[in-house]
Amino acid sequence: MDAPIINYIPILIMFGLALAVATGMVLSSSLFGQHVPSRQKLMPYECGKDPVGSARERFSVKFYMIALLFILFDIEAIFFVPWAVVFRKLSQDYSKLFVFGEMLIFIAILLVGYIYVWRKGILDWNK
Amino acid sequence: MLTTDILIEWLVKIGVVFFILMTAIAYVVLLERRLLGFIQMRLGPNRVGPFGLLQPLADGLKFLFKEDIVPLEADKALYVLAPMIALVPALMTISVIPFGDKIVILGREIALHITSVNVGLLVVFALTSLGVYGIALAGWSSNSKYSLMGGLRSSAQLISYELALSLSVVGVIIFSGSLDLVEVVKQQNSFWLGFIPKWNIFTQPIGFLIFLIAAIAETNRVPFDLPEAETELVAGFHTEYSSMKFAMFFIAEYANMVTASSMATLLFLGGWYGPFVDKFPLLGPIYFSLKILFFLFLYIWLRGTLPRFRYDQLMRFGWKFLIPVALANVVLVAGLALLIY
Amino acid sequence: MEKVFFIIIASLSVAAALSVVAQRNTLYSAFSLIGLFGCLAVAYITLQAHLIAAIQVIVYAGAIMVLFVFVIMLLNIREEELRVDRNRLLIFSVPLGGLLFGLIYFGLKNFKIDEIKGAPVGTSEAIGQGLFSKYLLPFEVTSILILLAIVGSVVLARREKDGDIEDIEDDEQVVKVSMAEKSKVEETKE
Repeated sequence: MDAPIINYIPILIMFGLALAVATGMVLSSSLFGQHVPSRQKLMPYECGKDPVGSARERFSVKFYMIALLFILFDIEAIFFVPWAVVFRKLSQDYSKLFVFGEMLIFIAILLVGYIYVWRKGILDWNK
Repeated sequence: MLTTDILIEWLVKIGVVFFILMTAIAYVVLLERRLLGFIQMRLGPNRVGPFGLLQPLADGLKFLFKEDIVPLEADKALYVLAPMIALVPALMTISVIPFGDKIVILGREIALHITSVNVGLLVVFALTSLGVYGIALAGWSSNSKYSLMGGLRSSAQLISYELALSLSVVGVIIFSGSLDLVEVVKQQNSFWLGFIPKWNIFTQPIGFLIFLIAAIAETNRVPFDLPEAETELVAGFHTEYSSMKFAMFFIAEYANMVTASSMATLLFLGGWYGPFVDKFPLLGPIYFSLKILFFLFLYIWLRGTLPRFRYDQLMRFGWKFLIPVALANVVLVAGLALLIY
Repeated sequence: MEKVFFIIIASLSVAAALSVVAQRNTLYSAFSLIGLFGCLAVAYITLQAHLIAAIQVIVYAGAIMVLFVFVIMLLNIREEELRVDRNRLLIFSVPLGGLLFGLIYFGLKNFKIDEIKGAPVGTSEAIGQGLFSKYLLPFEVTSILILLAIVGSVVLARREKDGDIEDIEDDEQVVKVSMAEKSKVEETKE
């Protein structure tokens, strides 16, 4: 709590440096590299054949489901963090079992959702 | 307060650490090629300089002078932006990683980390969670089927294993009571029974294994290198990339490997602690590097040994095995903490 | 010093927010939004709300926006389909925007910035202690809310999926493609 905000400034400096390096790399390759473009070279790679159809195809809804479930479980996972941070302090202030129990209830409710998703077959990639 | 002294100290530290990181990345690539050669009963690159030590330099020059191809139908702006988005967060994580305790140079006490912030652990997680965009964007903007498939697969893989990764560190946070990485390491300082170091790996081996597996998946390495499964997807999301832009994805991957190894060391293997480190704090960075080197070796060893997962196996393993085990581990470690404290 | 920094961050945020609205390409909008979340995270850090800042990046930029980006790639709306009549939308968007601005203005008019000075509330310790003692009930209710969201998302996705699953299975039985091609077929199918 007492760590001052200025300790975050090096991260910002690092961001600037990393950005500069990344920009420099992008620029350097277009600067030093040779450029002999041809139609074949600029075509999408498809093992030497002319590309068939569009690459911007629509994709399986499974990827969408994974992203959706990820959000929900990620929010739950992030709740563990402040809990873990105050775990020892709170178990001194209150009873140990209280701190343990409140998270057990949370995990139990989370598990209901997890089992539901499992039983519905969302986690089966082959289905 | 922000003084010129502090600013200069930061800039010097950032400069030194950044240089070491880039050099380390270059030589990990060489190490990987030599070690893989050794595992596969061949020599590996050994012609440029003694033992091939100048190979990274030659590779870098070659990257620089290769043709920079931007496919005609690609989304130009996003195509250029994608490797930058992959590289920038990967390089930034090093700024919160501590590699030693304080040392005294020229009468000035210098802490061996660029900076220590009170949510350091989460800063690393936040930055790694942004890495997914570089890959997804590269896949989409290239306008190539292989790239798009690789990009989508890779993104789904990264987010799936991120859950297990964040759950596996909860146990460590319970023990440290802080998200500051320096505190996390310092909590592992003393010994049990006088000789067993208080490293988290001994109290939560399951958490360590989950972290290790999830970290390997997060860095897209064998056996989780599905995004660039060359037998089916040519090179995955970076199929269409050439010259320095390809190198940027490459550097980002190895920077992420270094970050993952450092995190495993900090969270579970007692960071910079080792024998006599209290008397000679300069030993700290050496122990830390050795531990990182162990994990990097593990990465390469796995690559030389294991076959690749099939995609449905990968998803099943992540969602149906790692996540429930990680959850059970949280409960287990919390119970253990109740007994100890 | 702090004020200058705030002005820089604030103007970057506003620029990113404008870019979200102004971009024609939805993917560009999404990435402007990610940039905006990054700026907000920095703003949270200056307010001593470290945990909130980290969550802003991990959950919003790192999870929710992944879904957005996935959906944009997944649906892959052609640009012609996107060309809606913007002027017609202005009839709704301008009054609504004005209403929102008015609400915020009157809400904050009598608010004094000094009132919130004091112990930081956004650190992980402060949030943990509040959430797991005083506000325990809201916390547990949150988990039920998330549970509902999980059930809701599954129900929504299943309804559209049922038909497609059979299609894929039929194809596979007929074609008997090799393993590599099979996964390709599955992925390219809707």
